Amino acid sequence: MTVNGIGLEVVEKGRGRPLLFLHPGIGLDPNAPVIDKLAEQARVIAPSHPGFGNSEQPKAFTTVDDLAYFYLDLLEELDLKDIVLVGVSFGGWIAAEIAVKSTARLSHLVLANAVGIKVGARDTRDIVDIFAITEPELNKLAYFDPKLAERDYKAMAEADVRVIARNREASARYGWSPYMHDPKLKSRLHRIRIPTLFLWGGADRILSEDYGRAYCAAIPGAHFETIARAGHYPHIEAPDAFARAIFAFTQGQAK
Amino acid sequence: MRVYHFSEHPYPNAWDDPHGYLRVDLPNRALDPKIAADLFHRYHDEYLLADELGLDLMLNEHHQTATCMNATSIVSLSIMARQSKRARILILGYPIGHRSDPMRAAEELAMIDVISRGRLEMGFVKGVPYEFAPSNANPVGVMDRFWEAHDLIIKAMTTHDGPFNWEGEHFHYRQANLWPRPWQQPHPPVWSTTASKSNARVLGERGYVIAVLGSGYNTRMLYDSYREGYASTHNGALPGPDRFAYLALFATAHNETEARQRGELVAGYLRTGANVYPPFKSPPGYFSVDDTARLMRGFTPERSFTKDRRVVDMRTASVQDLIDSVLMVCGTPDQCYQQITEFIEYTGGLGNLLIMAQAGFLTHADTVDSLTLMAKEILPRLKEYKQPVAAAIAAA
Repeated sequence: MTVNGIGLEVVEKGRGRPLLFLHPGIGLDPNAPVIDKLAEQARVIAPSHPGFGNSEQPKAFTTVDDLAYFYLDLLEELDLKDIVLVGVSFGGWIAAEIAVKSTARLSHLVLANAVGIKVGARDTRDIVDIFAITEPELNKLAYFDPKLAERDYKAMAEADVRVIARNREASARYGWSPYMHDPKLKSRLHRIRIPTLFLWGGADRILSEDYGRAYCAAIPGAHFETIARAGHYPHIEAPDAFARAIFAFTQGQAK
Repeated sequence: MRVYHFSEHPYPNAWDDPHGYLRVDLPNRALDPKIAADLFHRYHDEYLLADELGLDLMLNEHHQTATCMNATSIVSLSIMARQSKRARILILGYPIGHRSDPMRAAEELAMIDVISRGRLEMGFVKGVPYEFAPSNANPVGVMDRFWEAHDLIIKAMTTHDGPFNWEGEHFHYRQANLWPRPWQQPHPPVWSTTASKSNARVLGERGYVIAVLGSGYNTRMLYDSYREGYASTHNGALPGPDRFAYLALFATAHNETEARQRGELVAGYLRTGANVYPPFKSPPGYFSVDDTARLMRGFTPERSFTKDRRVVDMRTASVQDLIDSVLMVCGTPDQCYQQITEFIEYTGGLGNLLIMAQAGFLTHADTVDSLTLMAKEILPRLKEYKQPVAAAIAAA
């Protein structure tokens, strides 16, 4: 798919109401079970963000703002309406930045273990510095079951390792400083006036649940639900519960 | 031929800290300011001695580390600008890839050039990987930021009818007007370091001094890439030896045994320098995606070569291996002269030898002796030595 001249890698699956799934900084596994679960009840559109996966990195894109405007263009280009917008972690940050700009094409917003705002004091770190710890340490903090994340790079295809390196670089490009947040975002969240659900993997130790609840409190009427036996990536560790919670929310609550 | 004395201003008293890592995250309670003061005074005395002896001076900076207390080289450069009498004063380098304010850098460097009455040699570097955590500068896009900062500094130094406007991708000034302007015209000589052929070529195209370290008998390909770039912008002319620099550790003494003992102490620099918590060694985007992927798959690039193409790991190498790979020049003055000139013949011409003559636990007395021998017994012969002429670069 090409949007604004930018080549985009996109997974599309299922039929019905459009659901735009925005992946976290670790990227998108096109064969992830969560895609199938969501595709049972929606038309899933899951792009790799510009700079991630095999999507093109435009030189001018340096902020999450750039990504948010890009996705608003994508929604227009595909002429999607009544969209369920779902973002996990870094993808949740993009989703929130999209929603404060325009909810015209959105019906529901789902933010799962999302980063993007600053909650604590200036000398308190809200979000673990993922660039300052080793991968095994990071996985222990991110996953309920860190074994799920174990990988042997030497045994992997070079192209797949390149994608992991690319995802890490893109995460830094957009999130190095200010670290994984936009200082302006919190004061703009009140503009989101569509039904919003926070899904929170309860075993997340990258972000605290207090962080998630503070985020939730800044969006009028937003609901907060935890997902058991899942950490920072509930869509990976609990795809059933993740999809179930989303559809219970979207079907139970009209726009 | 110029020989530059160099010390990283180490704080070796913290090198056995049980915390384990020497850079970025070593708590500064491991430093006693009184010891640090004594060390700074001592290192500065050694630099001033080098000035008296006819050597030139090289300074650098690193951040949050017990390997190098020069957290801003500008402070030590300033002291040398005022207190030294004759030496060239080289900063190698000023890490403009992670400095947020290039106009401030231009002001500092211009002041140092003026105070020293035109003795500044201006080396720019992007900054080592583990300094993107201390500075918080984004490692992604560092080379873009490096070149924009460079362009702005040069423009500030060469514009004499300012103010001018700068609204770049990374830096913004609406009233840029450098006071004082530098002593040297059009600006102090520019140096940079590189380990890549493509960057070497770019430095050659610009005619800047290329400084290389750690590559030993693999240096020629970098120099030849430089020569190609230089020839491409200089009507086919080849650069003279003054465009080339090489950094080696250094230890000499009146006899070989003592020189080797000093070499062991100086090698402490290499044995501790990479003692960094791994995540800080390859911040995202600092290396290309391809290089990062190769590192993740366990391939580390071979860097230091001996004359017979053996690869040496500088962190664990013996002094003999360090000598064989020209990571260190070590021995009696005669032996040092032989090692240096044999290497220069291989490089095709090398006009600036940068010697780390003080490192680690090498004492003041040993450093003074080593520097004195260099100045009195090696440097005069190097000044008379006829540099080779790199005739062919086609083999590059």
